[in-house]
Amino acid sequence: MRLEPIPAPGPARTLGLPALAIAATVAVAALLAALAGANPLQTFGLIVKGAAGSRFAMLETLNRATPLIFTGLAVAVAFRAKLWNIGAEAQLYAGALVTVVIGTQLGLPGPLAIPLMALGAILAGALMLLGPVLLKTRLGVDEVVTTLLLNFIMALFISWLLEGPLKDPMGMGWPKSPALPRDARLPRIVEGLRLHWGFAMALICAAGVWLIQTRTTLGYEIRAVGQNPQAARFAGIPVGRVLVKTALLSGGLAALAGFSEVAGLKGNLTSDLSPGFGYTGIVVAMLALLHPLGVVVSALFVAGIFVGADSMSRAAEVPTYIADILLAAALLFMVLAILLTRFRLVRG
Amino acid sequence: MTEILDILISASFWAAVLRIASPLIFATMGELICERAGVLNLGIEGIMVIGAFAGWMTVYAGGGLWTGVAVAMLAGMAFGALHGLLTVPFGLSQHVVGLGITMLATSSAYYAYRLALPEVTNPPRIAPFQPLDIPGLSDLPWIGQALFSQTALTWAAFACVAVVTFVLFRTPLGLALRAAGENPHAVEAQGLSVGAIRMGAVIVGSGLMAVGGAFLTMSAFSSFFFEMVNGRGWICIALVVFGAWKPGKALLGALLFAGFDALQVRLQQTGMGQIVPYQVFLMIPYLLSILALVLMSRRAEVPAALMTPFNRGER
Amino acid sequence: MATQDPAQGDTVLRLSGITKRFGALTANDGISFALARGEVVALLGENGAGKTTLMNILFGHYTADEGSVEVFGQPLPPGQPGAALAAGVGMVHQHFTLADNMTVLENILLGTEPLWRPRLGRPAARRRVRALARDFGLAVRPDARVGTLSVGERQRVEILKALYRDARILILDEPTAVLTPQEAEALFLTLRKMVAQGLSVIFISHKLHEVMAIASRVLVLRHGRLVGETATATTTRHALATMMVGAEIAAPAAAKARPGNVLLRLEGVSTAPQGSRPGLRDVDLSLRAGQILGLAGVSGNGQGALADLLSGLETPVSGELRIAGKAPAAWSPREALAARIGRIPEDRHRTGTIADFSLTENAVLESYAHAPASRRGWMDWRAARRDAEAIIAKYDVRCPGPETRIRLLSGGNMQKLILGRVLEAAPRIILANQPVRGLDIGAVTYVQKQLIAARDGGAAVLLISEDLDEILTLSDVIRVISDGRLSLEFARGEKTPAELGQWMAGQGFDHAA
Repeated sequence: MRLEPIPAPGPARTLGLPALAIAATVAVAALLAALAGANPLQTFGLIVKGAAGSRFAMLETLNRATPLIFTGLAVAVAFRAKLWNIGAEAQLYAGALVTVVIGTQLGLPGPLAIPLMALGAILAGALMLLGPVLLKTRLGVDEVVTTLLLNFIMALFISWLLEGPLKDPMGMGWPKSPALPRDARLPRIVEGLRLHWGFAMALICAAGVWLIQTRTTLGYEIRAVGQNPQAARFAGIPVGRVLVKTALLSGGLAALAGFSEVAGLKGNLTSDLSPGFGYTGIVVAMLALLHPLGVVVSALFVAGIFVGADSMSRAAEVPTYIADILLAAALLFMVLAILLTRFRLVRG
Repeated sequence: MTEILDILISASFWAAVLRIASPLIFATMGELICERAGVLNLGIEGIMVIGAFAGWMTVYAGGGLWTGVAVAMLAGMAFGALHGLLTVPFGLSQHVVGLGITMLATSSAYYAYRLALPEVTNPPRIAPFQPLDIPGLSDLPWIGQALFSQTALTWAAFACVAVVTFVLFRTPLGLALRAAGENPHAVEAQGLSVGAIRMGAVIVGSGLMAVGGAFLTMSAFSSFFFEMVNGRGWICIALVVFGAWKPGKALLGALLFAGFDALQVRLQQTGMGQIVPYQVFLMIPYLLSILALVLMSRRAEVPAALMTPFNRGER
Repeated sequence: MATQDPAQGDTVLRLSGITKRFGALTANDGISFALARGEVVALLGENGAGKTTLMNILFGHYTADEGSVEVFGQPLPPGQPGAALAAGVGMVHQHFTLADNMTVLENILLGTEPLWRPRLGRPAARRRVRALARDFGLAVRPDARVGTLSVGERQRVEILKALYRDARILILDEPTAVLTPQEAEALFLTLRKMVAQGLSVIFISHKLHEVMAIASRVLVLRHGRLVGETATATTTRHALATMMVGAEIAAPAAAKARPGNVLLRLEGVSTAPQGSRPGLRDVDLSLRAGQILGLAGVSGNGQGALADLLSGLETPVSGELRIAGKAPAAWSPREALAARIGRIPEDRHRTGTIADFSLTENAVLESYAHAPASRRGWMDWRAARRDAEAIIAKYDVRCPGPETRIRLLSGGNMQKLILGRVLEAAPRIILANQPVRGLDIGAVTYVQKQLIAARDGGAAVLLISEDLDEILTLSDVIRVISDGRLSLEFARGEKTPAELGQWMAGQGFDHAA
C-alpha cells in the first residue's frame, strides 16, 4: 500500500471528501444516540435547537465561541510554524490570573484597568509559552510534552492561589477569587444582549492574524519555518527567532481567552473557568485547516455543538460527552479527508 | 530530614513505589515499542483512560479480573489500530492524530460510563487484584512487606520489561521493529513490510498502555472516576525519553519517578505538609518529567526515523 | 526493439514489455531484455532515462503498469521486494538502505530469518559474513556500527547483504558515483569474482568508461525506451554517447580563465565534526575572481562542512574566514548573503526550495526581508511576483506560472529557479554544491554554461562535486578534499584522474603538509 499524489483533483474530490467526513461524523453521532436509546433525528434536532433555536441559545453559542476563537487562533498560529503548542489551557489560565490580579489588586479606574488587564494577560500567556519554546530551540526538548505538562502544573498553581493568597474572603469558603469591580469588566456590545466586547475582540484578532500571515514578512517567515525549517535556515531566516515570535503571538492569543472569560463573562477566577477550551482550540484550528478566518466559523460550529449538546442532554437521556466524541471524530475524519483530496491509497 | 529518612526506611514506602510504578511501566513499555518502530503515540493518555474504564467495567459487569485485563487490552488495541491506520498507511501527522485519539478514547470512556451508570454520583467499587502471597518471601520481615506484597499485575509489569527487552534485542522481530524506526528503507529493501511492522507495534504498544490504565482501576484503586489518569500518559512519554528508548533504563526512570511520587504523598502528612501547600507536592511529578526531558535533551539516541512517515517508492 | 537473446538454458532473468507511468510521464515504455548466467550487463542512460525505475520494478519497489518479470523461468510476483529476494535478486541502491545506528551484522541479518523465530542466530551469521567477506574481497567488521563506516565500506555492506541471501542476480545502481577511481577498481574486482562464480550483474551507470570496463553487453535507455543494445567489444565510447543522448554532446567550451584578486580566503580553518560527518581540519583556501575552483572528493569527506561554512550555517572553531580581506564580525546565512555569496545547495528539494511554496515565494526566499519584496515588514507580493517572472523568463524555467507550487516542477526547472535566484543577486562568490546532480543532459549543459558565464563576469566559483569528470571539465584549478583536509592546488591538466583518485583516497596528505 502506498500513497500516490493526484495530479489535478477535481471538485468532486476537493469538496466531496470533506462533505463525506461531515457525513461520517454525523453517522457516528447517530450511532451514539441510538446506543443511548434515543432517536438520532430527535437528538440532532435538540442539539440544533439548543445551539441556535432561540435568541438566548444563539447568544449562548456566541459567548461559548469567544474563548474558542482565541484558543483556536493560538493553535492555528503555532501549528503553522509546526510549533506544537498544546498548552493553550495553561496560557489561558495565566491570562485569566493576571487579569484578576490587575483588576482586583491595583484599584485602578476601569478605562485604565481594562487595557492593562488585556496587556498583562497577553504578556503572561506569551511568557508561559516562551519557556517551552526556548527549551525547544536551545536544547531540542520536544514542546508537545512540556506544554502538556505545564497545563497540569498551572492547574495546581491556580488551585493553590484560589485556596490561599487569592481566595475571596467573602466567598463562603469556595475556592474562587474576588470579583472584578463593575467598571473593570468588558461592556456588552449591545445593551440588553448578553454578549460582551470579548467577542468583537476575537473577531478583530482573527482578522489581524490573517493579515499577519498573508501580508507581513513575519507571516512569510512563519510559513517557511513550518514547511521546511532546513530550507528556511539556509535562506537566512532566523528560525529560532521566528519560533519565539510565533510563541509570543500564540501564547498571547490563548491568554486573551482567559482575559475575555474573566473580564467579559465570569467576573472572577475559579479553577473550572475553562472546560478544556485550550484543548478544544486544537480541534477548532484543525477543522479550520489553520486558516485564521476559518477559525471563527469553526469555533462557532464547535461552540454550537457544545451548547446544543448541553441543552439536549437535559431533555434526552444522551450524555453530554457525545459532543466531545463528535468533535474528536470530526477532527480525525477531516484530516483524513483533506489528505485524500490530494493523495489516494493504491496497492503495491 | 529525619522525616524523609523515616519514610525511606518504612516498608510501606517501598511497597508504594512498586505499586505506583506499575501502570507507568506498562504504558512506558507500550510507548517505547511504538517509538522504536518510528511512531510517536500521543494517544497514550486516552488509551490509558479507555483501558482503565474497560477493565473496570468488565469486572463490574460480572467478568473475572483477568478477563477485565484482556478486555482493556483489546480496547487499547482497537484505538491503537485506528491510530496506526491513520499514521502508518496514510502517514498523517502523528501529533494531530495522537491528540485526536486521546480525545476520542477519553470521551468514549466517559460517554460509555455515563450510559452504563446514568444516576450514580459515587463511583461503585469492584473487588480488585489482591497482593500475591509468595511462600517464604512474603513472610520475611520488612522485605516481605516492602517487595513481596504486590498484586499479580505488578509482577506482570516487571515481566513485561524483560519480555520487551528480549524481543527487541534478541529476536528477528525486534531487529525488524528497531530497523523500522531507524531506517524504514532498510526494512523495505530486505523484503519486509514497514507498514505491517509499524502497525503491529502501535497496536501491541497501545494494548500495553491500556493495561497500564487498567492497573489503576483494577489494582491500585477499585473504581473508575473521571480524570484519574491525570497526565500519567504524558509522563510516560517523558520516561521513554529519559530512558533513552531502552526498556531497562525506562524501568529505572519509572521507579525513580514513583519513588518521588510516593515520597511526596508521605511528606504531605509530615510537618512539611503543614508549611508547604499540597499543590506543590502534587506538581512534583510534572516538574520532574520536564526536568528529565531537559537533562536527556543532549543525548542523540532518538530513533532516527521517529515521526517520519514511510511511503513506498518515495525517497 | 528486439534484443539478443542468451542461449535458452542460460537465461536467469527476462523482462517483457515493462511499462510504468507516473501521471503524464512514461518512465518506462515497453522495455524487454534478458540476462544470462555469469554476465555483466550495463544499463546506460542519462539521468531521468528510467534506469532506476526499471530496476525498482524488477526488485519490487514499484509495480509495473504493464509487462512481466521472469526469474529462472518462474514469473516474479510484482511489487514485493521479499519475493525478488527469495527468487535470488539482490539490489544495491544508489542511496544506501542501511540503518546507521545498528551494526553491520544487524543490517545484514535484517529480514533473513523468520520474524517469529525466538532467537537471532548471531554467532553463525557472523561466521558466514566473515567467510563471504574473505571470498569476495569485501573487508568490513561485522560488529561495527554502520554510522561509523566510510562510504566505500557501506557499499561493501550492501553487497554483503545480497550475497548473504545467496543472490544470483545483483543489481548495482550507480555504484561508483561515491567511490574513488581506486575503490571502483576494487569493486570491479569483486564483481569479476562474483561473475566467475556464476552470478549475473546488472550495472546501472551513466559513465561510459566504466561501462566499457566492466560490462560485456550494454543496454541503452533514453526517455524511458530501450534505444540500443550492443556488445562492448564491438562498440566505442563515442557511439555509446551518441546512442545515450540521441545527438552529439557538446561539452561546454570555456574560454581561458583570467583569475583576479582573492575574494575569499580561509586560513587554518577547522570546524567541529557532526555525527559521522568530519569537520574541516586546518584548511587553507583562496577563491579568486574569474576562476572556477573544483573541489574533488569522495562524498562525506568534509565537503558538507565546507559548504555549510561558506553558506553561513557553520562557524569555524579555529582559524579565520576573510572576505575581500576582512573577517566578518558575525557569520550566518544572512551575513553570507550580505557578503554576496551566492549559494547553490546540494539538495534542491530539502534545502534549496520549499516544496509547497509557489515559485514566487521561493524566488524571494533569500531577498524577502528587504525592498523590493517587502517594505517595513510588509510583503509586496506584486514586486515579488515581478522578480519571479523575470527569473522564469530569463532562465527558461518551464512552469504553468509563478503561482505554481514548486514541487510540481522537474528537478532541472527547480535548479534553474535556484540558479536564477542566486545569479540575479549578482554574487561575487558562488558556491555550487553538486549543481548538476540528477539533472538531464540539457539542464546540465545549461547550468554549467551559466556557471562559466558567471566566472567570466568576474565571480569566484567554488564547484563541489563527487563526479571527477565534472570537476575535470569545468575547473580552472582543482583541489581534493579527504577526511576534512585539502590537497595542494593543481592546475587544470596537471594530474591524471588516477593521481587525483589517490589524493581522494587520502594518500599524499602527510608529506604534502
